[in-house]
Amino acid sequence: MIEIEHLTKVYGTHEAVSDLSFRVESGQIYGFLGPNGAGKSTTMNIMTGCLSATSGQVCIDGYDIFEEPQKAKKLIGYLPEHPPLYPNETPLEYLRFVGEAKGLRGEELERQIGEVVAQTKIESVQGRRICTLSKGFQQRVGIAQALLGNPSIIVLDEPTVGLDPIQIIEIRALIKELGHRHTVIFSSHILSEVQNICDQILILSKGHLVAFDTPENLERQMLRSNEISLVTEASPDEALHILCQVEGVTDSQLSPREDGLLQIHLSSDCDDLTALCRRLFFAFAGQNRALLELSSKKASLEDVFLELTEQNDALPQAPEDPKAPESSKSPQGPESSQNFEERQGSDQ
Amino acid sequence: MIAIFKHELKSYFHSLTAYVFGAFLLAVVGFGAVLCNIQAAFSNFELVFSFSSLVFVIIVPILTMRTIAEERRQKTDQLLYSLPVTTTEIVLGKYLALLVVYLVPLCIISGYPLIFSLFGDVYLLTSYGSMLAFFLLGAAFIAVGIFISSLTESQGFAAGVTIALILFNYYSVSLSEYTSSTMFGSLLAFYLMAIAAALVVRVLTKNDTLAWGVCIVLLPGIALLCFFNSSLFEGLLPALMEQLSLFDRFSSFVNGVFDMTTIVYYLSVIVFFLFLSVQSLEKRRYN
Repeated sequence: MIEIEHLTKVYGTHEAVSDLSFRVESGQIYGFLGPNGAGKSTTMNIMTGCLSATSGQVCIDGYDIFEEPQKAKKLIGYLPEHPPLYPNETPLEYLRFVGEAKGLRGEELERQIGEVVAQTKIESVQGRRICTLSKGFQQRVGIAQALLGNPSIIVLDEPTVGLDPIQIIEIRALIKELGHRHTVIFSSHILSEVQNICDQILILSKGHLVAFDTPENLERQMLRSNEISLVTEASPDEALHILCQVEGVTDSQLSPREDGLLQIHLSSDCDDLTALCRRLFFAFAGQNRALLELSSKKASLEDVFLELTEQNDALPQAPEDPKAPESSKSPQGPESSQNFEERQGSDQ
Repeated sequence: MIAIFKHELKSYFHSLTAYVFGAFLLAVVGFGAVLCNIQAAFSNFELVFSFSSLVFVIIVPILTMRTIAEERRQKTDQLLYSLPVTTTEIVLGKYLALLVVYLVPLCIISGYPLIFSLFGDVYLLTSYGSMLAFFLLGAAFIAVGIFISSLTESQGFAAGVTIALILFNYYSVSLSEYTSSTMFGSLLAFYLMAIAAALVVRVLTKNDTLAWGVCIVLLPGIALLCFFNSSLFEGLLPALMEQLSLFDRFSSFVNGVFDMTTIVYYLSVIVFFLFLSVQSLEKRRYN
């Protein structure tokens, strides 16, 4: 279990992490999500004792990382953003060094090395020099290093960056597998990745924690703010009167346009947007007021992410495999935005 | 610490570093032995060390330039920070590994006086006394080298600064004869040093207030000291340059004197620079 309280890190005048507090329970996979420069790496570096904090507290299973670093560090395996490998050594030599530094000796050392080598599937390259290995294998050696000493918490900083699609899938599978035996915290700026693997998502933006929940809850939270925008020839008073009768509308914003028409933005907590659109259409039609435009937009996790991080200049990468089987439970993406303009025209 | 020590030692013997270092040291000492002992037919082995002490200018940077700078460049320092070892253990492990690399050729050299003693009278006590001092002299420079390596991520820069420092140390006694020994000259030099110290503080900590603080404390302090005790500053600069020279102190061993203060001085230089290296590594966590 990791408890982080009021963590702040200031570089010069730039606040990389500001007043971050959260709690990570054992036995789950946590995803750190955020655009570049959101403070993910900084937070991870502080959690693992690689960096000091300007203020705040980090407790790993009750051990303060600043007060009792030796004990706290034994409970954490860390793979930094750049895998910290010695290029002229073989994976075996490297793992032996890390294992010894983590206090393993003799048979126990050999047994654990054998285990992590098997777990990360690097048997085939264990005698080759690390600099001759592909990026995917280097990443695996980095993960193997983090697993040595059987720490209860594994922290992986952007483990899939720079890998080819097959390697990415393999590393993701490995992370899922690690989730059975360890608490895994990993960071990414790829939304679909976090959505597919994690039990809990932490979204960081400009050093602040803006969301911390399960992927499903985050989606549900945003479902309440599904949006419908419509343009009608009704007057504001008439429109308000009509909207009162429509079930499922939580909030409405009316803005008269210069051409005499009325633009309305509605938000709704209703799951079935199509049905709501239907009700709206017939409500206006029943009062003999035409709807000239009607469009709905269902929030996806991507919108949650974008809205929370509010960083238009550092947009996250689009999910590269939105059709992957794991993501079938996720709501439809932006393509779910339906346009009723044509239907409207034919109905008139 | 043992893990780091073993790992470092392995990496030195896997790469050419240990061999180049050993070969260079053996070649220079061998050359010195031929010149001083065989050709000149002197039996004093101390002279060889005096002759070959300049070799540190080249071999110490070979050994120390990559120790910490390379970790930083390869980003492996993050691994060291995340391992359950303290920074002191990291620095000590690295330092001890370097000492072993340095001791290997010295062990070979330690056979020379014995070989010479087969062919004539060699005063072994002074020979081995000066060898101990030679070892400590090198060990002190290695500690300085580690500290310089911990300041940068460029091996070349670390090597360059180390060479410059050791060379300056070597020539500082001869240079001190040309420096001003008047009170005013010393005062000026100390003012420049105070400003340089403030600049170093500014570069290392990136903290303007602290740098100005150093200036504000040091500059009037020196002036006050000079005002109350002006005789103190007379000849202070050359004296200081002589006192700080690691090479100059070695010469007493060459003359056959086992000087305890020198041993203590070398040991304190080692401890001081290892301490600075630990602080420098520790500081990187805070930047």
